[in-house]
Amino acid sequence: MLNESKASKNLLHSDAMQQIMAFGALIVLLIGFSIASPYFRTFDNFVGILLATAVNGVLALGATFVIINGGIDLSVGTVMTLSAVMSGVFITNLGLPIPVGIIGGLLTGSLAGFITGNMISRMKIPPFIATLGMLYIAKGLSLVISDLRPIYFNDTPMFREMAMGSVLGNIIPALRVPNAVLILFAAAIFAHVILTRTILGRYTFALGSNEEATRLSGVNVVVWKTAVYTLAGFFSGLGGVLIAARLNSAQPALGAGYELDAIAAVVIGGTSLSGGEGSILGTIIGAFIISTLTNGLRILSVPQEWQIVVTGCIVILAVYLDILRRRR
Amino acid sequence: MDEVLVQMEGIDKRFPGVHALDQCHFELRSGEVHALVGENGAGKSTLMKILGGIYHKDAGHVYLEGQEVEIVNTRQAQDLGISMIHQELNLMPHLTVAQNIFFGREPRAKFSFVVDDKTTNQQAEHLFEKLSLQLDPNTKVADLTVAKQQMVEIAKALSFNSKILIMDEPTAALTDTEINDLFSIIKQLRQNGVGIVHISHRLEELKLIADRITVMRDGKMIDTLMTENANIDKIISLMVGRIIYESAPEIPENPSEEIVLEVRNLNRGKALQDVSFSLMKGEILGFAGLMGAGRTDVARTIFGADKLDSGEIYIKGQQVQINKPKDAVVYGIGYLSEDRKRYGLTLGMDVQDNIAMASMKNFLRWLAFVDFKKETSVAREMVNALNIKTPSLEQKVNFLSGGNQQKVVIGKWLTADTDILIFDEPTRGIDVGAKSEIYKLLNDLASSGKSIIMISSELPEILRMSHRVVVMCEGRITGILDANELTQESIMTYATMRGSMVGENVRMPI
Repeated sequence: MLNESKASKNLLHSDAMQQIMAFGALIVLLIGFSIASPYFRTFDNFVGILLATAVNGVLALGATFVIINGGIDLSVGTVMTLSAVMSGVFITNLGLPIPVGIIGGLLTGSLAGFITGNMISRMKIPPFIATLGMLYIAKGLSLVISDLRPIYFNDTPMFREMAMGSVLGNIIPALRVPNAVLILFAAAIFAHVILTRTILGRYTFALGSNEEATRLSGVNVVVWKTAVYTLAGFFSGLGGVLIAARLNSAQPALGAGYELDAIAAVVIGGTSLSGGEGSILGTIIGAFIISTLTNGLRILSVPQEWQIVVTGCIVILAVYLDILRRRR
Repeated sequence: MDEVLVQMEGIDKRFPGVHALDQCHFELRSGEVHALVGENGAGKSTLMKILGGIYHKDAGHVYLEGQEVEIVNTRQAQDLGISMIHQELNLMPHLTVAQNIFFGREPRAKFSFVVDDKTTNQQAEHLFEKLSLQLDPNTKVADLTVAKQQMVEIAKALSFNSKILIMDEPTAALTDTEINDLFSIIKQLRQNGVGIVHISHRLEELKLIADRITVMRDGKMIDTLMTENANIDKIISLMVGRIIYESAPEIPENPSEEIVLEVRNLNRGKALQDVSFSLMKGEILGFAGLMGAGRTDVARTIFGADKLDSGEIYIKGQQVQINKPKDAVVYGIGYLSEDRKRYGLTLGMDVQDNIAMASMKNFLRWLAFVDFKKETSVAREMVNALNIKTPSLEQKVNFLSGGNQQKVVIGKWLTADTDILIFDEPTRGIDVGAKSEIYKLLNDLASSGKSIIMISSELPEILRMSHRVVVMCEGRITGILDANELTQESIMTYATMRGSMVGENVRMPI
C-alpha cells in the first residue's frame, strides 16, 4: 500500500544536498573575497563575474545533458569555435543579416551535435571517442574555413551589442547587466524546463540510469540519444555566438580547454559522471564557483597559473565531498 | 555442535527509508549449519554482510569466540576467519581459477615483483585435493559453468582457513547433482568444525543440510528452530507472518478461442529452430524446458530485442514486422525479463518514473511536456491496484524488495496497455509471500483478457498456472501440452527429447 505521507527524506542524503553544499561554497567564496578585497565587492566586478560565466555556463548546460545521459562530450569547445566562425562567415564574409548569422551559428552547433549523436547512438562509437573525433574535426574546420584568420564584426556593431549591450540597463540604469548574462539565465531556464518537464529530460535520466532497460521499455534509444547530443551541440552553438559577439570576432584558434571547464562546472554542481542524476541549477552554481574563484584570485593578485591549480583542487574536492555524502 | 563461534546481539542497521535490521541477534556454533530464511528484504543478507565486514552496523555487538570485535572491512573479516560467498559471484572472468583464488596474495619469489603462477597453481591443486573438488587451476573462469564458478568461490573462501563460512543462496543456480556435490562439501566442512551460515530460498533443502533454522521478517528475528522440529508450512507461516494458501488457485475458465499472437517458423541461429505456436486471448501459456532450451530467445525475438533470421509473427491475424522493442510495444507486447535490475528497471529513478517508462506518450501535453498530474494519478492507481509496498511514488525502485520491483515492472506494462505479456521467470528471486501474490496477479490478468506467456524453470509453477504448456529443447518446440495432459513426467519427457547431449551447463527444473 502506498503510504500517502511522503517518506521524510533525510536531507543529508538527498540529491538536493550537493546543490546546497555547492551553493553554500559559492556564498562563502563571495563573502570571503568581499572581505579580502574592496575591489572585489563592487557592482562592476560582480557584473564582470556574471559576464565571465556566460560562455562557460551555456556550454556546461549542454554538457549536463550529455553527462546525465551517461556520456561525455569533449567537442564542446571546438564546436563552439566552429559555430563562432560560421557566424562570422555568414555575417561578415557573406554579408547576411545578423539574425541569419546567429541562427547559422546555432545550427552549426546543433548539426555537429547531431552528427556526434548519430555516431554514438547508431554506429555505437563510445562517446569519448566520437566526441574526441568531433573535437579535432571542428577544430580543423574552424581553421580551414577562417583561413587561420580571425573574422571581425566591425561592420555590424549590432552583433556585439546583442551580447554586450544592456537591455536591462536601458530600463533600469542602475542595473547595467550585459545581455549575455540574461541570455545565460534564459538558456539555463530553458535547459531546466527541458530536463525536468519534458520527455527528452525524462529519457535523458533513463538512458543514464539504465540504457538497456530503457530500450526494452520500447523507447527509441537511437533517436533520444541523438537528441541529447544535438541539444548539447545547440548550446555549444549558442556559446559560439556569444563568444563571437563578446570578442567582436570569431577567433579560430580559440576553444581548446573550454570543454574541460564545462565538465568541471557540471561536476562541481553535483552531476554524477556515471550518469542518471544531476541538475541544471547545480551546473549553474558550479560555473559561478569557477568564475568567482578565478576573478577573486586575480583581484588578490594570485598568478593565473595558480588559479588553474586551485580550480583543479576544487573539482577534486567537490567530487570527494559528494562521495563522502553518499558513503554514509 | 558445541563451541559458540559467533554471537551477534542487538544489531541495528538503517538504510535511507528502510529500517533494515531491528535489534537482531544471531548465534553460530562450530560444526553446525545454521540456515537463515526469510522473505526478500527480511534482512538476512544485510545481517550477514555486517558479519562479513561489508556493511557497518549502526548499533549492537559482535562477539567472536567470546571476544567482542569491530569488523570494519572484508579483509579484516577474512583475517578473523570469516568468509562470505555472495549471491552474485565475484570472480574475475579473464583470470584463471588459481589466479582468482589467490587474488591479492599471490605467491611471489623473494625480492621479485613477478607473480609465481606455478606455485599458485600448485597451491590451488592442493586445495582442491583437500576439498575433493574437480577443478583445473589453469582454466579461465569465464569458460566454467556457473556451478563450477561457485565451486571456485567456495575454494577461495576456504583457502583463508575460515572458521566461519557464509553462503548467500549458494544453490540458486545449481542443478540437483551439483547441489548434492555442494552439500557433501558442506557436510565435510561441518565435520571439520567450520560454522556455516546458509541463506536460502529453497526450503526443501533445509531438511537435508541445516541443523538450525532462523527465520527473519522485516528486519526482525522471528524464531530459531531445530531442524527436526520444523516443517515447511511452519517456516513459511513464520516467514510471512500470515497464512499462505499453498494450494493451487483454480485455473480460470478456458480462454476464448481468439488467437492474439501467432508465430510461424521463427529461426535465429542455433538458438531457435522452426518455432511455431499460438497464444489465445486470456490464456496463460507456459514455456517449460531446461536452461538453454531457447525459451528466453523466443521471448526476446518476439519482443524485438534480438533479431530473427526468418519467420512470421501475426498479431490478431495481421502479419507484423517487429525489428525493435518499440515495435513490439506498439503492437501491445510487453516483456518482463528474469533479470529485472538489468533489463526491467531504471533503478536510480523512482516508482512513478518506472511505471510510466513504457507509455510516456500517454503522459504528454503540448507535444513534449510531461503531464505530471496525470502521471502521478495513474502511478498511484497502479501502486494501489497491484499492492506495491513503497513509502511513496518518489521512492527509488532500488530500495524496493524483489517482489515489489517485479510489481513495478508489471505496472509499467499494464500502464502501457499491453495485451500480451511475456513473463520470463516471473517469480525468480521473489519470496514465498510475494510469489503467491504474483500468481494471483497473473490469474487476474488472464481472466481480464490479457494473454500471458510464462517462461518458468519451476515445474510446480508451470503446472499450477498454465492453460497450455509449450515445451522446448535445444531451440525447438518438442511438445505443446493441454492442461489435461500436464504432469511433471510428461513435461520432462518433452524437455529432454532429442536432448541426448545434455551438457553440464544445463539446469534441470526442480
